[in-house]
Amino acid sequence: MGIIKAFKLGFDYLKYDEDGNVQDTQRAVDDVNLDIEAGEFVAILGHNGSGKSTLAKHMNALLLPSEGTLWIDDMDTAREPELWKIRQKAGMVFQNPDNQIIGTIVEEDVGFGPENMGIPTENIWRRVDDSLKKVGMTAYRHHSPNKLSGGQKQRVAIAGVVAMQPQCIVLDEPTAMLDPNGRREVLEAVRELNRQEKVTVILITHYMEEVIHADRVYVMDSGKVVMQGTPREIFSQVETLKEYRLDVPQVTLLAHELKKSGADVPDGILTTEELVNALCRSN
Amino acid sequence: MSIELKHVSYTYSPGTSYEIHALKDINLNIPDGEFIGMIGHTGSGKSTLIQHFNALIQPVSGTILYNGEDIWGEKYNRKELRSQVGLVFQYPEHQLFESDVLSDVCFGPMNQGLTREEAEAEAKKALRQVGFKEENYKKSPFELSGGQKKRVAIAGVLAMNPKILILDEPTAGLDPRGRDDILDQIAELHKVRGITIVLVSHSMEDIAKYVERLIVMNHGEVAFDNTPREVFSHYQELESMGLAAPQITYIMHALREHGLPVDISATTVEEARATILDALRESHSPLLKKEGGMGK
Repeated sequence: MGIIKAFKLGFDYLKYDEDGNVQDTQRAVDDVNLDIEAGEFVAILGHNGSGKSTLAKHMNALLLPSEGTLWIDDMDTAREPELWKIRQKAGMVFQNPDNQIIGTIVEEDVGFGPENMGIPTENIWRRVDDSLKKVGMTAYRHHSPNKLSGGQKQRVAIAGVVAMQPQCIVLDEPTAMLDPNGRREVLEAVRELNRQEKVTVILITHYMEEVIHADRVYVMDSGKVVMQGTPREIFSQVETLKEYRLDVPQVTLLAHELKKSGADVPDGILTTEELVNALCRSN
Repeated sequence: MSIELKHVSYTYSPGTSYEIHALKDINLNIPDGEFIGMIGHTGSGKSTLIQHFNALIQPVSGTILYNGEDIWGEKYNRKELRSQVGLVFQYPEHQLFESDVLSDVCFGPMNQGLTREEAEAEAKKALRQVGFKEENYKKSPFELSGGQKKRVAIAGVLAMNPKILILDEPTAGLDPRGRDDILDQIAELHKVRGITIVLVSHSMEDIAKYVERLIVMNHGEVAFDNTPREVFSHYQELESMGLAAPQITYIMHALREHGLPVDISATTVEEARATILDALRESHSPLLKKEGGMGK
């Protein structure tokens, strides 16, 4: 059984009137089934309002299902006694790094999580050293977080999660606010955690380029999972993705347009290298 | 109508140990009707610069002229300037505060002295122009999706009928379609209303697709100021500034290196498609067997 598993998961946002009675319900997650293996790198795509973030918040019990069940490492997230264990298994990183950093010095911020878990002091420092190294931020450990760039802040936020040694990290649009360099740094740090430390990664993003290295992609629309497959399987379906208000990487779109214009190029090209091979093989 | 900056410099916390020279001797001319893009890594001075355009920040030295007049002159009406040079901040949704959408958009024009009725007319025009549906006018701004909130915030600035519209990352966090919709609307405003647009963005692909002129900020200075094609041809220098070129630029260079004679200055998917098809035709590539490979 996978580390994250959902069975017929449903979630309703409730709107109350002035007397506290339920006035309206809005289904944000609808009949979602997931089975994510430990060590997988999974990407979730979907337009604004498709239910991605609501789903993500179930993965460390920030939200509890209205229907169905979600298990993290065999623990039902609705079982309150297990709440803290669940949150240690699955750490979350959000879009805005400024809302997630609380320490006045980088290393203190990273140490906050393990300290809160009651880890002995010398172990906290070992974890802080280790986490900063994994995201490439050791050189900044004595800096003030507010002097860092967006990409650096976001890596500190990731280190803070890593210090709690979770088995999964759920990242909800971690690069939306970053410049190109910051985006690259954050993505490299995440991929490295996945490859080296075998941390399961759930990445929610609107940047299609960030998805091409994922093992599996889920596409959401109106709260449901409407497509799933490898990046190549998903991005081969340019027109379907457009219907879901999504996009494909520019290189994939270019290959698709060339094909429509009569050039003999395969579907689902994901990298520059693949396109070069397809176009230059005869030269 | 134009904004002109002459030797503009700005320093945060001058005279303290936290002193930062955010802008150094900037000279820029922004004439009427241009669609300008601005890129630069975090902390390069972009946001500081655009806040000089409508007198939210006063330069430490140098002059800023709007239509030839010094905006920091003694009798200059800066309130009027701010309604002519509209600024939409990075998180426009944080600027919304009224109880319903229409009232929120009316706030600017009413502040300019219009009656509620006149203001509503301007507000409705602006909301239509950003593609916001009438059935949602009475909704609370906080019930809206991210893309809708951004539209309302942009409409709030548009309703004041600015001559120049400056947008700081208007599409951060939007899905691809939402991003395209908003940028298409902005391009339309530029075309129909003739508004000068300054678009600050971290997306090189969007910049390549929409703007006519690209200003690159680096360490408080203007590093490049030219057409996007020209600027992106310096992609290695851009990388050393923490930036990048659009993906297409890299693809074009890789194809050329592998012997396909494409135009390496292409920066959009459309341009790339055209030059690749030309190159394949020229080299009589077997990849173009169908109908002689003619693409429209």
